[in-house]
Amino acid sequence: MVVSYFPGCTLKTKAKELDKYARLSAEKLGVTLEEIENWQCCGGVFSSAKDEIATKLSSVRALKAAKDKGQILVTACSACHNVIKQTNHAMQTDADFAMKVNNYMKEEPYNGETEVMFYLELLRDVIGFDKIKSAVVNPLKGKKIGAYYGCLLLRPSTTMKMDDAENPKILEDFIRAIGATPVIYSMRNECCGGYVTMDSPDLADKKSSAVHADAAAHGADMLVTACPLCRYNLEKCTSEEKLPVVYFTELLAEALGIKEEA
Amino acid sequence: MDKNARLKEQIERTSGVNVLKCMRCGKCSGTCPSYDEMEYHPHQFVYMVETGDIEPLLNSQSLYKCLTCFACVDRCPRGVEPAKVIEAVRLMAIRQQGNNHMTPNDVPEALDDDLPQQAIVSAFRRFSK
Repeated sequence: MVVSYFPGCTLKTKAKELDKYARLSAEKLGVTLEEIENWQCCGGVFSSAKDEIATKLSSVRALKAAKDKGQILVTACSACHNVIKQTNHAMQTDADFAMKVNNYMKEEPYNGETEVMFYLELLRDVIGFDKIKSAVVNPLKGKKIGAYYGCLLLRPSTTMKMDDAENPKILEDFIRAIGATPVIYSMRNECCGGYVTMDSPDLADKKSSAVHADAAAHGADMLVTACPLCRYNLEKCTSEEKLPVVYFTELLAEALGIKEEA
Repeated sequence: MDKNARLKEQIERTSGVNVLKCMRCGKCSGTCPSYDEMEYHPHQFVYMVETGDIEPLLNSQSLYKCLTCFACVDRCPRGVEPAKVIEAVRLMAIRQQGNNHMTPNDVPEALDDDLPQQAIVSAFRRFSK
């Protein structure tokens, strides 16, 4: 199976492991991630403003490229996924917005036809966690992993529809599939501080430290995330109980026995 | 139409939010991760837009403390979507000439070897026009 793939700016630079192991693992599991040609940065955050049009064109162009190939569009970065999925939803449900966007486009109109899937959804809904479990050669036994969802994967839940936003389990099911033990803790779907790290680093520090403290108190010995900015904030914060933070695709590749040792 | 009524109408149009749906339960502010940092809290944004008391919001640093984590949007029992109101007020502020909250000159100070590109582009989307 071949799917369209939108890597995003950070997966080409600071989060190469997230990208590399997403591609290798998908290939191992029978799915080829075909990078969209000439993709442009999604902008990192979606604006809910109805009169923000131009800032959403890069997402629409990526969606249109996938539509032209008749493929689903897969992302491995929480932020890209959030922006592209919300943009697609707006194209489907807000005719006025869609008209304004299409006025910018030379090609035939796009109206939200592409199916947008996060890499975890690809694992769960297309490949199946059972199949992943049977493909695991190096089960991560004994690892107690706290799934860190943050906000972008889950909210707004009426649009993202990946999981129950208050009691998600997709990452926990993933952790079980690769042979490790998930640790449930209450801060797993609270914000790390996100982009305010540029402007109010103390606020990001406080939010991320609270995540570490809560996960550690519940017995986690590491955190797993799908977001480069979450990882940055979680690694940069000054928490005394700081846990190691890894991308979920790194763990997947390790479990599948294809993670190259540096 | 007086100025406040015009600003209110613009915010309602940009956000798509009907502030009259609010029943003042305070859940949005109760769940807000930036509550302690804000001069005006999410429920106050909603209420002050309703009453047309918008100038103080436009000039408040609270606009730049919102993380757009959408906790208030998801947890509001009335579907008011406070974060969308805050986004509309923030845009109203930074769309004014010379009123960007962040400029390229601010970036070098925030840079370190690990800072992801995502942080920079996201901050500019929220803080600058």
